[in-house]
Amino acid sequence: MIDPKSAAAGNLAADRIDLQLIADMVPRNSKVLDIGCGDGALLELLVNQRGVDGRGLELGQSGVNNCVTRGLSVVQGNADTDLSYYPDNGFDTVILSQTLQATQRPHDVLREMARIGKRLIVSIPNFGHWRVRLDLLAKGRMPVTGTLKASWYETANIHLCTLQDFADLCDVLGLSVESCITLSRGHAKSHAGRPTRRANLLADQGVFVLRRI
Amino acid sequence: MSENNANQEPSETVLFDSAALKLDCGVTLDTLELAYRTYGTLNDDKTNAILICHALTGDQYPAGENPLTGKPGWWTQIVGPGRIIDTDKYFVICSNVLGGCGGSTGPQSDNPDGSGPYGLNFPVITIADMVRAQNLLIDHFGIESLFCVIGGSMGGMQVLEWAAAHGERVFSAVPIATSARHSSQNIAFHEVGRQAILADPEWHSGAYYAQKAHPRKGLAVARMAAHITYLSEAALQRKFGRNLQDRESITYGFDADFQIESYLRHQGMSFVERFDANSYLYITRAMDYFDIAAENGGNLAAAFTNSATRFCVMSFTSDWLFPTAESVNLVRALNAAGANVSFVEIESDKGHDAFLLDEPEMHATLNGFLKSAAKARGLTNDAGGDDD
Repeated sequence: MIDPKSAAAGNLAADRIDLQLIADMVPRNSKVLDIGCGDGALLELLVNQRGVDGRGLELGQSGVNNCVTRGLSVVQGNADTDLSYYPDNGFDTVILSQTLQATQRPHDVLREMARIGKRLIVSIPNFGHWRVRLDLLAKGRMPVTGTLKASWYETANIHLCTLQDFADLCDVLGLSVESCITLSRGHAKSHAGRPTRRANLLADQGVFVLRRI
Repeated sequence: MSENNANQEPSETVLFDSAALKLDCGVTLDTLELAYRTYGTLNDDKTNAILICHALTGDQYPAGENPLTGKPGWWTQIVGPGRIIDTDKYFVICSNVLGGCGGSTGPQSDNPDGSGPYGLNFPVITIADMVRAQNLLIDHFGIESLFCVIGGSMGGMQVLEWAAAHGERVFSAVPIATSARHSSQNIAFHEVGRQAILADPEWHSGAYYAQKAHPRKGLAVARMAAHITYLSEAALQRKFGRNLQDRESITYGFDADFQIESYLRHQGMSFVERFDANSYLYITRAMDYFDIAAENGGNLAAAFTNSATRFCVMSFTSDWLFPTAESVNLVRALNAAGANVSFVEIESDKGHDAFLLDEPEMHATLNGFLKSAAKARGLTNDAGGDDD
């Protein structure tokens, strides 16, 4: 799900600014699972900058091979089906960056993440962004934006939601939103808990830190 | 233990005559000889040793030239000076397996009771027994922990056995094109091979050594059947198709009309020149008996609980002998055990034998994994450093 060209750590593509934000949220030397780790840009950042014991799970074979070739511990697997094989509380932090919307059963993926990890970091594109709303309202077209680049018929994003929708789902699943950072054109704003209605309109993506209640 | 330097030219042989080896079958081998080759130099800390485990019909010559055949070693693609398993950097050890016919104790060795070669009196061995024997060899070098244990197919089984039973001695493990248990289909193929040997009158119930005989036909058929399983339908089609062998048309007989027949016959006949039929029986049996989960109450993950070993599992898309599903099963168990594991499936149409061939993606993966493991191990040799 990550553009392979944005690989090198420290040279993150502008549209993956969430990766550095996530990296800053991860405690040093902790044990981390990155689900949907793509070509390993975040994992490499975590290993190099934060000294974490990092593991990755990635659906795409080329991404996996790319990661392992660079010395990252990554296995080929599917977030929808393979998380059940990981042990309870096996990780300090479990990360899902820009992947939830591409899973078959997002709520089950979150449940499994909450079982595997003590702390969850989830970043999602915001379908509530004003540009998205405007595209639908004014043009009557499925939106294609900076964070949602593909047309409706070829997008991997099958379960899109707004930041508010996501926070609601967390309530249902018994996950508390410890904090969240919303991003608007690369500008970050921190929130103590759920994102505000204003952020739900202005942010193109959100990064949530979750804990089991 | 004492070193026997007398009877070896191509490889060294070490005789263990005070460290008896208790086998899974209950028998104890009082003396045991292992033939091995080493490449490179063991560093002062003894932290740079890599053990290469060979496959069913492999030998102790992965690198350089095989002194017996004059041909390149079976893994020269990977092992050698400046190669991925860099013998300028690592101390590489490869030993002929227990039960083999390359100089290590096996059915063709003399029975200590003075009755001549063991033949079928050789005890049935397991993969775990082979690994116990390798442990003696590693002790012999005074190595506490191996930097890496690597191997494909049956070699991969040994890698897994090392990690499961002697994990504290394994810093990293690379099981390639293998499985934590031999499948029913694979046991079936082995049984066909064994029956071909047993049906050969030259086998003499395993006591053919005294008769100066060798069940060549049976062993050749066993090899032919097995060889098909090492390739893939696509590779066979690409290489041979329905091409005829040195003839314009079919002959309406049972000659090798087709190139594939001629190729298989050649594979069979050249194999019997270098392999002992009884060794083939014993080693295939060892693979059949292999089942790490069964040794741990049916729970494969339990075999790797608290493992500190770094794993890199690899499989090949066209390998139908040890298909990717076997590796996925292993990887899931390793994840369940919380082990540090990487898993890569390599796209190849070359079947099981791909692990022995020029597979750039496999080589790149192995290179990346070994470099990162070397960094974690503190093996920062001059040669190490950054990418090639």
